[in-house]
Amino acid sequence: MVKIEINGQVVEAKEGSMLIDVADQANIAIPRFCYHKKLSIAANCRMCLVEVEGAPKAMPACATPVTDGMKVLTQSQKAKGAQKNVMEFLLINHPLDCPICDQGGECELQDVALEYGDDVSHFNEGKRVVADKDIGSLIQTDMTRCIHCTRCVRFGQEVAGMMELGATGRSEWMEIGTYIEKSVSSEMSGNMIDLCPVGALTSKPFRYSARPWELQSHPTIAPHDSIGSNIVIHAKGNEVKRVVPAENESVNEVWISDRDRFSYEAIHSEDRLQTPMIKNKGQWQDVDWETALAFVADKLKAYAETFPDQVGVLAAPNATLEELHLLQKMARGLGIENLDHRLRQSDFRLDAVQPHSEKAVQPHLNLSFDGLENQDLVLLVGSWLRKEIPLLNHRLRKAGQKGAGIWAINPETFDFNYDMTQIASDQWLLKLAGLVKTVAEKTGHQSDLPQWVAQSEVDTEVETLAQQMIEAENVSVMLGQIAQTDAHYTELVQLSACLEAWTGANLSIVPLSANTVGAQQVGFLPLKGKNAEQMLSSRTRMYLNFGLEPEKDLADGQLALNAMRQAEFVVNMTAFDSETQRDYADVLLPISTFAETAGSFVNAMGRLQSFKMAIEPVNDAKPGWKVFRVLGNLLGLDGFDQTNAAQVRSDIALTPLSPDFQSLEAAKAPEQSAIVTTEQINIYAVDAMVRRSPSLQATPDAKSA
Amino acid sequence: MSAASQGMIQGDVQSRIDKWVARYPSDQPQSAVMAALRIVQEANGGQLTTALMDEVADYLGMTPIAVYEVATFYSMYEHQPVGRHKLCVCTNISCMLRGSDELLDYMKQKLDVEVGQVTADGKFSIKTVECLGACGGAPMMMLGKDYYENLDEKRVDEILDGLE
Amino acid sequence: MLPLNECCYRLNHLDTPWDIETYIENGGYQIWKQVLAGELSPQEIIDEIKTSNIRGRGGAGFPTGLKWSFMNRAAPGPKYILCNSDEGEPGTFKDRDILRYNPHQLVEGMMIAGYTIGATAGYNYIRGEFWEPYKRFHNAIEQAREAGLLGENILGSGYDFELHAHLGAGAYICGEETALIESLEGKKGQPRFKPPFPASYGAWGKPTTVNNTETLASIPVILAKGGEWFRDLGVENAGGTKCYAVSGHVEKPGNFEVRMGTPFKDLLEAAGGIWKGRELKAVIPGGASTAVLPGEKALAMNMDYDSIAKSGSFLGAGSVIIMDDHTDMVKACERLSWFYHEESCGQCTPCREGTGWMYRVIHRIRQGKGRPEDIELLRNVGGKIMGKVICGLGDAAATPVSSFLEHFEHEFRHYIDHGCSIFDRQ
Ligand SMILES: Cc1cc2nc3c(=O)[nH]c(=O)nc-3n(C[C@H](O)[C@H](O)[C@H](O)COP(=O)(O)O)c2cc1C
Ligand code: SF4
Ligand code: FES
Repeated sequence: MVKIEINGQVVEAKEGSMLIDVADQANIAIPRFCYHKKLSIAANCRMCLVEVEGAPKAMPACATPVTDGMKVLTQSQKAKGAQKNVMEFLLINHPLDCPICDQGGECELQDVALEYGDDVSHFNEGKRVVADKDIGSLIQTDMTRCIHCTRCVRFGQEVAGMMELGATGRSEWMEIGTYIEKSVSSEMSGNMIDLCPVGALTSKPFRYSARPWELQSHPTIAPHDSIGSNIVIHAKGNEVKRVVPAENESVNEVWISDRDRFSYEAIHSEDRLQTPMIKNKGQWQDVDWETALAFVADKLKAYAETFPDQVGVLAAPNATLEELHLLQKMARGLGIENLDHRLRQSDFRLDAVQPHSEKAVQPHLNLSFDGLENQDLVLLVGSWLRKEIPLLNHRLRKAGQKGAGIWAINPETFDFNYDMTQIASDQWLLKLAGLVKTVAEKTGHQSDLPQWVAQSEVDTEVETLAQQMIEAENVSVMLGQIAQTDAHYTELVQLSACLEAWTGANLSIVPLSANTVGAQQVGFLPLKGKNAEQMLSSRTRMYLNFGLEPEKDLADGQLALNAMRQAEFVVNMTAFDSETQRDYADVLLPISTFAETAGSFVNAMGRLQSFKMAIEPVNDAKPGWKVFRVLGNLLGLDGFDQTNAAQVRSDIALTPLSPDFQSLEAAKAPEQSAIVTTEQINIYAVDAMVRRSPSLQATPDAKSA
Repeated sequence: MSAASQGMIQGDVQSRIDKWVARYPSDQPQSAVMAALRIVQEANGGQLTTALMDEVADYLGMTPIAVYEVATFYSMYEHQPVGRHKLCVCTNISCMLRGSDELLDYMKQKLDVEVGQVTADGKFSIKTVECLGACGGAPMMMLGKDYYENLDEKRVDEILDGLE
Repeated sequence: MLPLNECCYRLNHLDTPWDIETYIENGGYQIWKQVLAGELSPQEIIDEIKTSNIRGRGGAGFPTGLKWSFMNRAAPGPKYILCNSDEGEPGTFKDRDILRYNPHQLVEGMMIAGYTIGATAGYNYIRGEFWEPYKRFHNAIEQAREAGLLGENILGSGYDFELHAHLGAGAYICGEETALIESLEGKKGQPRFKPPFPASYGAWGKPTTVNNTETLASIPVILAKGGEWFRDLGVENAGGTKCYAVSGHVEKPGNFEVRMGTPFKDLLEAAGGIWKGRELKAVIPGGASTAVLPGEKALAMNMDYDSIAKSGSFLGAGSVIIMDDHTDMVKACERLSWFYHEESCGQCTPCREGTGWMYRVIHRIRQGKGRPEDIELLRNVGGKIMGKVICGLGDAAATPVSSFLEHFEHEFRHYIDHGCSIFDRQ
């Protein structure tokens, strides 16, 4: 630690840290445009010039390391003078069109100009105009406003891991852009909107729809993956206008995925279900909630009394903790045990091996997001992590940058945005078996191998990986979506468990959805009943579907659709209307999206995050938990008297999950090795909301499905 | 580097680029990008295209935009058609002091072409350039890879009339 | 008679000075062989260079011996010696003739420098337009390699050293040493913010020393004839000879290698004096980035750092631009200002925006649309750029403008008041 003086104030700082960081921590404001704490230092805007005692020239605070005894003046005539000079230069070619600029009101340039700009510029020459290019459906460009801070370019190189924007040309002709007309395709591209200090890169869907000062901020949690990104909904009146990240270093740092940023479009889509509806003799009728719920309660009661094991309750894994809890409580109160949230899973054999408990093998990230950054070797099994959970992939990318070896065993080679070794084969299960075999040989566990594993072939890549896994200190094995939806999920988990047992690797089945972990914690599982697949393939008279579209969200969409059609009575609690469900369902109940309800999600590493209602439910929609509360009472069940979501939550006893893979025995692995290749679920098809975001659907990623 | 690159980078062009790649540390093929761009530009009649830049990017394992950045930063790369003979006339101070402006006017008139344009027959184009480091022979120009110094109208006539 | 061409240009009068045979016949590669034989230690070399009092010839005049001592020779991993043959500053053409007429001396100088700082390889960054000089240098490398003077286990010494040429592609800024490094790495030539300095983080992130062509080409002769010999050719604050590139309104423009401290008027005389029998009006003594001086001041100075500094300018790269009494100084200033505008790399705000601004104002004045306040404005804009940028280009752009205004303000005023130059009748 060293001591420096800024404007006479003594500040302690770590030696070598940059002056601007030290000043930030001491709440001493230094203007800046190019500097960003998450990006490399460019020192090109020159806005942060300050006076350092003894230095002949003003120094850029962003690139000046502190030394003991340094005396800094940020407000002296020299410092202010330098800053004003730079400001004037920045403004000579910047359009003064704040009134029509989407950044107006939250523009870093505008803010700094008010303080540092001379009101009259001496510049009388013509201003530069830069032709715009279309870079896709998410980001609007107006490059005449660009101040060349290169934050967006550095973001591409350093964070997104794909350089899509660059600075072409030189001098005044330097232009930021893609050079040729091309859609930006990073799954995190929207962060450039936040990084751009001016109105050069703005949100295309948000364009011209509101002025920043008309917006109210509502902090909440993103619902599309298991990061639990902290976000802020910006609403004008009751309309969500945009979503931006909230900083939370241990969760999402300062970033969010494009999926979390742009899915809000679905909230006000025309597809929203308007009002409760009941099908009467093939005709849909709008009804009020009272009528609808009384009807549903009657039917539920009747089916539960007569055929409790022929009622199926399916819920989306991004339903809130409160919703899932009350739903399972209601179902179980009626004696219904067929409950599942594992909609896309096709192989449930593990359930038989492992009775449910917090120790059962189930999706849970067995290390923190930060912790992932510090691994020495990470093996992905059945995962295109980049498109499954963009921000988790970002952490893994950072691990790679710190020197971790990254490997994947996958059915095909995927486009990752960092250096790694991909072992890709349609026989990928056998590749994993080969790895286990090699590890067994090297660690003296040969005798524990089932025959099919002992017979698997091993190539040099697998051999190298085995050796490295044994030698490396911190090793993580992570099973992704492809593994979890595969018909050999059981074998994949069991083989991975051997790796854990014999190399000391940390093993995780990566939770995919916003509340995958929470759903398990509240026991939204067929503890005594049928799993999702069994419900669909056996006789089920009644379904209650919460927040899903069976034909799209279940492993076998066709099977699901047929099951719904064959059922006698189907209730869909959903935010969205659709032709498909009108065909088979009997009751449709409009449910709030995440923005219109209070609730909680438990993220991949087990962190519970609660949020409040951001906007009032649109149309006649109601938060799911309220609906279950009413239904519970109508059904005469105990424990449905909560008046707010927090009360529901306090009703839930959450036990942290800590799956114990060691209890799985490799020897139980079956004598088969037929390979079924499951598909990667498209990043923009994972749930009903993202499927209804036009901007996301117009990206190259969505189209590549 | 992808061995199976097609298009411009094959045969002689490829082996010339490979020689440049070999000069740099083995994990730094990108260092050869300037040479590669020059070589493909020469092979393409003096002009780069997006397809060529993409090919260079692919060959050297770079992202295309990183190649566009380089190709638009340096003044010797051309993104518009040039004449078979590109006359690069220095107009910087030392040449200017010795009459480059007048000489340039003479050349424009003689060839009936403006700076930055190509003659109707595609034979010539004129480009003004910054100091080429031959001020002792001012005024001067570069034609192809050669310098022509101590120019006057008569010398310009000789040079231009002698070209195919 | 003025003693000429004692070091870098010492072979220029020969028929094929670029041939290895000619070079060896004239004492070439002797020092390199001594070095390989272990007769000259790195420390001895550095000491000798320090004694010689040679200052970097690239423009900044930094003492070369001191620069070399910054490199940690013993640090593991690759290290590089880079030669700066980018020679792009208007008025400068001295290095071109070293490459063309004495490439082997540069090769030898680079190898000795490389050995001294512990480099594993060297690169000569040659501006892209210098095709003939590049070929000469490249051939020299090939010849040296064939002669076993370069490559692996050179002459059985156990020492490996590689040397290559790199060609630029048209960008003055690549003469700035960190831009040069970026360019060598296959990127845009945008200067890096320092620190870290190249000595710790240079080419491909490895310790690197950058020296000018003339600096490195001087090394073999300094070591052959002794640091004291070299030092005594020069003046107190700078040893040796210096290559001056004389251009503009002289009868015999060209390169003249003369001793440091040679009176300017002797140099002018060597270049044949002012052409067409005219009078001397102004001199830019060190290349476009140095301040212009009125003729009388120049005639009174000597060609060395201190004397030129006393006159109000800088020796720079030794590029002497001579202007006669028919010169329109506003036009000259406009031309230089366009150059810096065109060549700014574009990364830092004051340089990117300010150089264009200055050019536009001068251009406007030349078009007869100047305003009285423009002169103050020009000074002002220059001042706003100076000292607030990453590299020296910004300052280099401001210097000519302020010096032209200092000495020739009346010519600007004439344009503003009358819409034309002092030579035009109205
Ligand atoms: C804008 C700019 C252009 C430069 N151009 C050259 C050049 O063309 N050749 C050169 O040797 N040095 C040039 N320099 C100086 C180099 O940065 C560096 O100081 C020099 O190569 C060091 O060599 P020396 O110590 O032998 O002089 C330039 C500097 C700046 C700021
Ligand atoms: S001063 Fe000019 S040339 Fe130098 S780094 Fe800044 S913008 Fe680039
Ligand atoms: S913030 Fe320091 S130079 Fe831009």
